[in-house]
Parts: sequence; structure tokens; C-alpha cells
Amino acid sequence: MASLKELSKNAERVTGGHRLCAGCGAGVVARQTLIAAGDTPVVVVSATGCLEVSTSVFPYTAWKTPFFHSAFENSAATASGVEAAYKSLIRQGKIKDEPIRFIAFGGDGGTYDIGLQSLSGAMERGHRMLYVCYNNEAYMNTGIQRSSATPQGASATTSPVGKVKQGKEQPKKDLTAIIAAHNVPYAAQAIIGNWNDYITKVQKALNTDGPTFINVLTPCRLGWGCKPEDSMEMVRLAVDTCIWPVYEVENGKYKMTMKPRGGKKLPVGEFFKHQSRFKHLLKPHNAELLANIQADVDAKWEKICALCGEEVIK
Amino acid sequence: MVKPIFSKGKIVAKTGNEMMAEAMRQISPDVVAAYPITPATEIVQIFSQFVADGKVPTEFVAVESEHSAMSATIAASVAGARAMTGTSSQGFALMWEMLYIAAGLRLPIVMAEVNRALSAPINIHGDQSDTMGARDAGWIQIYSEDPQEAYDNMIQSVRIAEAAKLPTMVTTDGFIISHCMAAAEVYPDEDVKEFVGTYKPERYLLDYKRPFTLGSIEMQDYYFEHRYQLAQAMRDAKKIILDVAKDFKNKFGREYGFYEKYKMDDAEIAIVTIGSAAGTTKAVINELREKGIKAGLIKIRIFRPFPADEIAKDLANVKAVAVLDRADSCSGTFAPVYSDVISAMYANGVTSPKTENYVYGLGGREIDMNHIKDVYMHLDEVAKGKAQASKTVEYINVRIK
Repeated sequence: MASLKELSKNAERVTGGHRLCAGCGAGVVARQTLIAAGDTPVVVVSATGCLEVSTSVFPYTAWKTPFFHSAFENSAATASGVEAAYKSLIRQGKIKDEPIRFIAFGGDGGTYDIGLQSLSGAMERGHRMLYVCYNNEAYMNTGIQRSSATPQGASATTSPVGKVKQGKEQPKKDLTAIIAAHNVPYAAQAIIGNWNDYITKVQKALNTDGPTFINVLTPCRLGWGCKPEDSMEMVRLAVDTCIWPVYEVENGKYKMTMKPRGGKKLPVGEFFKHQSRFKHLLKPHNAELLANIQADVDAKWEKICALCGEEVIK
Repeated sequence: MVKPIFSKGKIVAKTGNEMMAEAMRQISPDVVAAYPITPATEIVQIFSQFVADGKVPTEFVAVESEHSAMSATIAASVAGARAMTGTSSQGFALMWEMLYIAAGLRLPIVMAEVNRALSAPINIHGDQSDTMGARDAGWIQIYSEDPQEAYDNMIQSVRIAEAAKLPTMVTTDGFIISHCMAAAEVYPDEDVKEFVGTYKPERYLLDYKRPFTLGSIEMQDYYFEHRYQLAQAMRDAKKIILDVAKDFKNKFGREYGFYEKYKMDDAEIAIVTIGSAAGTTKAVINELREKGIKAGLIKIRIFRPFPADEIAKDLANVKAVAVLDRADSCSGTFAPVYSDVISAMYANGVTSPKTENYVYGLGGREIDMNHIKDVYMHLDEVAKGKAQASKTVEYINVRIK
């Protein structure tokens, strides 16, 4: 449990003045992650994407900590290389033996899709790193194309709503389960709307001697079509509707760390109605599709509740 | 009986791959990230055994692909490590994106590359299509004729890469050099270590008290300058390569330059080629010389940076020259080495020699002494005005209907 008073004393290692949009959650993810790290030295690497291009426009940088980017699909392999250098140089006495933590960022496109192999390899090899997927559920940097993290029914520019199609046809991939299946010591899902939960998870991950992974849901207000001031509320609603369960898997043990507000599950429409990417789903002709999506969310929610040993909140 | 040139040298019988792995052991890089691929697998396999036996302090990262191999090597280099990798063909192709990034970031990575044909059709044998395709990637390219050169080039490449701040690849012809055993000289560990020295990066990620950002986005306002600087670094690398070769000769006794000239002083007809075919060519030259035919050879060692002015000068007095390429460019015109040689000659006002371009040996297709002899016989006729030089690329030992 992080204390806001203590956290407020931590140095800001991602500065303001970066070029992310108003209401974008990626900057919040980066800032909270580094605040969570406290004064532990960190090296940050990032996949190509909004976070990277908006914080490192040459000759400026928003990073007050070592920051490196090379390509889109290799954030995890990059962190592997940095960690390997760290181990080697310490072993040879070429650098001082002191803790440095390695944090890799990637969006959902760079993590769920093009970077999945690189991530899987890094997790399997056991490099000590925290991989943070800032998941806004589509390729937002290139203009809102569908990824395998895009939810069923969401409209994206490569899964648009048209005369015969109603947005993305497939449910999203369960990446956190895939990473948990690597038997890493720590994997979690989080949202940016609950700083305490997220920061606690980052701290746990950074204190874990091995590969760790956090999948944090964060809105892209352009891609989601919501108001910039509603970003935190949007992801809260994702939890309330049980669309995005917030949990952790620590050494194989599942634990739900956040529950729907009021102990009651809201219908998925409560999450959808604030976002233009879903607006077609609430129209009468899509009632059956909406019911199918609700059924899919319910089934997955029951499954995760069972894994966490929780009574299913209905 | 082969005798050592260096006073403390030792003659061994080793393949190209074994010699490259031996050089890597002696260089003792901080990080090696690699993935297996025929015919380069042995290099990292042998090296892994050195790691397993504690003979090197290297952190070996057995990555899940060549893309990650180059990504992790790049990251290790940025982090402050002396970092190396090895690959071939398809693996090299999978690294393609990262090759350009390694160069653009000016990282002194060294790669052991075994030249192999590119798919399709899939083929595991030697040709130079893989690295020739990356000739614009911003990597220094050093080609080797035999296991000795592969070893010597690896040792020199560390110094070259770090002085030029350019990634450097050292190649051998797949199977022909990588897997064929030859007598070669190895030097004591301490002498190699002394020659390569220690790596002192100007700045590195793990130096967290001096944080910096690397891999920024650069738009119309800065990108061009950085790409210009990369191209200029390649031009400047020529001097570095010669300086390192000079030091190498002073230390170990073997002489290296941009290319090797064989009987070029009075040559009237010449072949320019790269890699293992040079050995065959030398044997043919010896026969032809006995018959009074003044044949010569230029065997290119450094293809990037391309020694344009030097080659043009050395070809100025021949009557006819054939460039033998072990890669085709599918450009509709000529193959890569020929294109560079011709540009070099024209830019230097060397227009009198007649020129021919041959593509040979793709997918490991045999090239023997008779093939080379045929080339020289044709050049002889062209030189004497009895035959015309072809205006298109010609092919050696391929069935064309």
C-alpha cells in the first residue's frame, strides 16, 4: 500500500511538457511507474508508439532517467540486452554493484501483436525486468487501427462499422493469461484510474527478482471517443462493468485487487455509452451482438473470479 | 609446412567458424546475443561452450529470434557493453530493420556473419546475397578469404568499430570457409587482449547518474544531419581501417588493406572478386603466368566503405577487367560489386579498360579453375580486340535456356 504523502516526495522523472494529448493515459502510466520506483535507479526502454514519440522529440526529452528506444516490436528484447549488460558488467567489476531496475514500456500493438514473440522470449529467459503494457486497445499512434487487444464490437479504422460489419468481430486476446502461463513470478492487470493499486503493483514487480508484467488499461481519448477529462472514470467503468478485471498473479496465486464499485456489476453498456467507438452497439439492430458481448464478459468474469477465489459479483 | 608469422603464434587446424569463435573467446565481449542458423550456428555454439566452461565472462543471451538477437545486442551496446552477435542468411534478413538502427545509433557492434544464399528457394550454401543486400545499411563490411583472415578480421573489427563508431560485420563464405578446415595461426590470448584493448563508451545507459535519451524521433529538422554524419563516418572509416591494419601488422606481422592485389603490377587482364573464389583465381593466375599471360587479381576485403579511388587507380592500366559477383542484384542491370567498381572507375576518369560482369556461385554452385580460366581467356581476347565485352551481366556455370 503506497502512501500519497510519501509518494509526493519522490522525484518526478518524467517531466511535463511532453507532447501527449490532453487526457492521454500513457503519460500517467509513465509518471506513476517512475514515482512508484522512488529513488531506485531505473533504465527505461520503450517500443515505438505514442509514449515514445511524444516524450523524445529531438533535441528534447521528457525523461530525467536513462531512456532508450530502438524499434516497435522489441521493447522486451531491448530490456533483455540492457539487463544482460548490467549482469555482465557487474560480474566483471566494470560497474558498481548496485541495484538498477529495468522498465520496458509498450503499447498494446507493440505488446499483444508485433512484440509478443520478443516479450515471450524475455519472460521465458527470466530477465529481471518490469514490462508495462500501456493498453489503450488499438494502434492509436498510427490512427486507431484494430489490434488483438481491441474489444469485440469496437470500431477501429481497420475494423470499421459499415453496412455489413459492426466493428471488430473477434473478442480481445487475453495477454495477461498468456504471460501468467509463462509462470513468471509476477503478472497483473491494472487501470490508470487507481493510482494506489497501480503503484503498489509496480513496487511489487520492481522488488521481484525475475521477469514481471503489468497490463494497464488506459484510455486514448481520440481512439475511444471520450472526453479528455473522463479518462480516469472510463477505466473505472471498465472495472465496474467487469470488462477489465483488476488482479494480480503472484507466484501462481491469483488475487483480485479491485472490485466493481458498490459491489455490483454494471451492464457493459454503461462502459460503452460514453465512447464513440462503441456507440453503434447500443442501437436496437445490434441488441443481439450486445447480448453476446455481455455473455462473453460474464463468462470471463466468472472464470477470473474463480481463479481469484472470489464469489462472483453480479 | 605452415609456420607462424608472429613469434608467439601457434599453428592450428581449424574451420572458419572455429576461428571466428576463437577470436570471440579472445576478444571476450561483455554480451553476446544470438540465435542458431546454418551455417553460422557453430560460432555461437562453440562460444556458448566457452561461456558454460567459464572461459569468458560474457553474458550469453539465447534469444528467440535474430530480430531479438540484434535488438538485444544493440541494447547491450547502448547500456555500455562490448556486444557481439553472429548470424547468416535468413537470420541476417530478419535483423534487417535493426541493422539500420545499429548504424544510425552509431554503435560499435561486431557481427560474425557467414554468407549464405537467401530464400526462395531455400538453400543453405554459400553466396553473398545476404550481406550484399545490406550494403547500404551503414555497417562496415569485411570479407574473408579463409579461416586465417576471418580470425584476423574479427580481431581488427573490434578496434575499427569502436574507433569509427560504426557496427562492423566480418563475413566468410558459407561452408566453403565456415566449415572447411585449414592451417591457421592463432595468437596468445594476452596479445589479442592487448591489441583489442578495453571498451570505453563516451556515455552509456547504466551510467544512470548521467542520464540521456537515445533513439529519439527526428523530423525534417534534424534527421538529415544525423544520416549525413553516418555517411561521413563511413568515409572517415577508411583511415581508421588502414591505421588498425598497420597496428595489426606491427603486432602480429600479417598485412591487410582494403583489398589484396595479386600480380597486379604488370597485369593486362584482371579479375575483381570477394571471398573464397580468390584462392581459386590465384591458382589460375599462376598457371596463366607460366604461359606468359599477364593476369592479375584484386580481392576486395573492405566492401564498406568502398575503396573507390584506390581500386580505380589500380585498374587504370589493365586492358580488360572482369568483376565476379557472388550475388545478383535483380536490378535489370549489373550486380553489386561491379556497379561499385564501374562507378569508381568512371568517377576517377578510368575509362580505357574493357569491363565484364559475371555472376557466379549462387546457392553454393561450384566455381572451379576452368570457369575462372574461361573468364581470363575471354578477357585476353577482349584485351586484344578479338572479342567484344558484353553489355549485360553474364553468368558462370548456370543452365540457361
